[in-house]
Amino acid sequence: MSDEPVVPEQPPIEIEVAIDPAAEAEKQRLIEEANDAEVERTVRRMSRRGFLTAAVAAGAGYGAWKWLRTRDQLGYLQWPLRRVLELNESLAEAYFRTARLSPTFPPSRINRPARLNGALGLDPRFDPSTWLLRIEGTPEPVTLTLDDIKALPRREQITELRCIEGWSIIVKWTGTRFADLMAKFPPTERVKYVAMETPDRGYYVGLDMQSAMHPQTLLAYALNDEPLSMAHGAPLRLAIPVKYGIKNIKRIGLIRYTNVRPIDFWAEQGYDWYAGH
Amino acid sequence: MKKLVRKHPLAIRWFHWINFPLLALMVWSGLLIYWATPVYRVGIGSHTLIRMNLSQPSWKTLHVNNRLAEGMALHFFFMWFFAINGIAYVTYTIASGQWRELVPNRHSFKEAWYVFLHDLHLRKEAPPPRKFNGAQQIAYTLIILAGLGSLLTGLAIYKPVQFSWLVSLFGGYQMARFFHFWLTVGYVVFFLIHVAQVIKTGWNNFRAMIIGYEVRAEGGERA
Repeated sequence: MSDEPVVPEQPPIEIEVAIDPAAEAEKQRLIEEANDAEVERTVRRMSRRGFLTAAVAAGAGYGAWKWLRTRDQLGYLQWPLRRVLELNESLAEAYFRTARLSPTFPPSRINRPARLNGALGLDPRFDPSTWLLRIEGTPEPVTLTLDDIKALPRREQITELRCIEGWSIIVKWTGTRFADLMAKFPPTERVKYVAMETPDRGYYVGLDMQSAMHPQTLLAYALNDEPLSMAHGAPLRLAIPVKYGIKNIKRIGLIRYTNVRPIDFWAEQGYDWYAGH
Repeated sequence: MKKLVRKHPLAIRWFHWINFPLLALMVWSGLLIYWATPVYRVGIGSHTLIRMNLSQPSWKTLHVNNRLAEGMALHFFFMWFFAINGIAYVTYTIASGQWRELVPNRHSFKEAWYVFLHDLHLRKEAPPPRKFNGAQQIAYTLIILAGLGSLLTGLAIYKPVQFSWLVSLFGGYQMARFFHFWLTVGYVVFFLIHVAQVIKTGWNNFRAMIIGYEVRAEGGERA
């Protein structure tokens, strides 16, 4: 920081005659007056410039905000917001490693009973005895019973289910890895996405392939050592700790491998399509 | 005799004023998110002094209800600008040497106490006429550390699996959310005190944050 005054010092005044104290004091006073007036002029000039710049900047900021708020909507969001969510998604996908696991907990940490949230896609007239899982995007159409799923390697994990609302619960899931199902019933071609929907198509999610293939992504048939209740998504639901709860779709009726980005119930309502952890 | 003294460099003035609306937007969009699970409180044991919640009509009056998706989209949009501006500020203060005036030294804490007593009219002597007194040095350094804390707790909540090491550092996902929330309350408190102090200190000081210069009497005292 410089402590120099902006106004240059007055040149020293040559004194030749005997000093008259009164005249000296007067001279000094005039110098000070001139200096102070100059300082005031300078500060006024700087203030004009500074406050004008501030006003223009504030106006530009306000204009940018108004611009953002009046953009066309894309999936219930102004498109710049949607585009940045997608940019965040590509960064997250690039950083994502399937080797990074969601923390697991001892059985003593399980929250009982598991908090219940959302009945979308859970038609009350549903009859679980008629339920079949369909898989599309395979060379031959696949239809599986719950026993077919249970014949796949069984996995258990105690992980945190994080709701997009902010709360979270620790639950124990029992099921089979989605990766194991996909290894047994692989897609026709290499695909980027997996779509899942409830039998009544009332709820549907889209998943990127690396999140679906994560070792903790389970097709779960039991929650906290009990078979899934109807409200928790019987007979088969998704447990995907690398995503928010909204992607943990209940009562899966259809799994489809696809290269077209699948529609997603909550993404259509303005949420992030990726919603990944 | 009056003189003009250079006080705040142009870069710092820009960082400061850009941060103001960005932080406001982060707090506001954070409130839109917090609405969905407004669980925090001030209290001891089961005794609650303040519930950090509003009644449903109040949320509605403020138009901050049922806007979780929008809040998240705004939060994850402006977080970049907020973070970049903050990092640029810290980089600048380090590169320019401005940090020397901002970071507390071994005298700052004692001085901060005197400033505190002076502000409460319990001590006559005014704080030293340096750019930042001890109390300011502590406040302006803490607020930067709080910003870092917000970025890190935010990252922990945002990507709790990819950054699970960060989540465990904060003591779990819910603890990270807890710290993220209370840091925000801290900004609001900081803002209120900051504005009160600026009003109390007066126009010459405030103007210096716009034009960069302050008018002083020759002796170095504030004019």
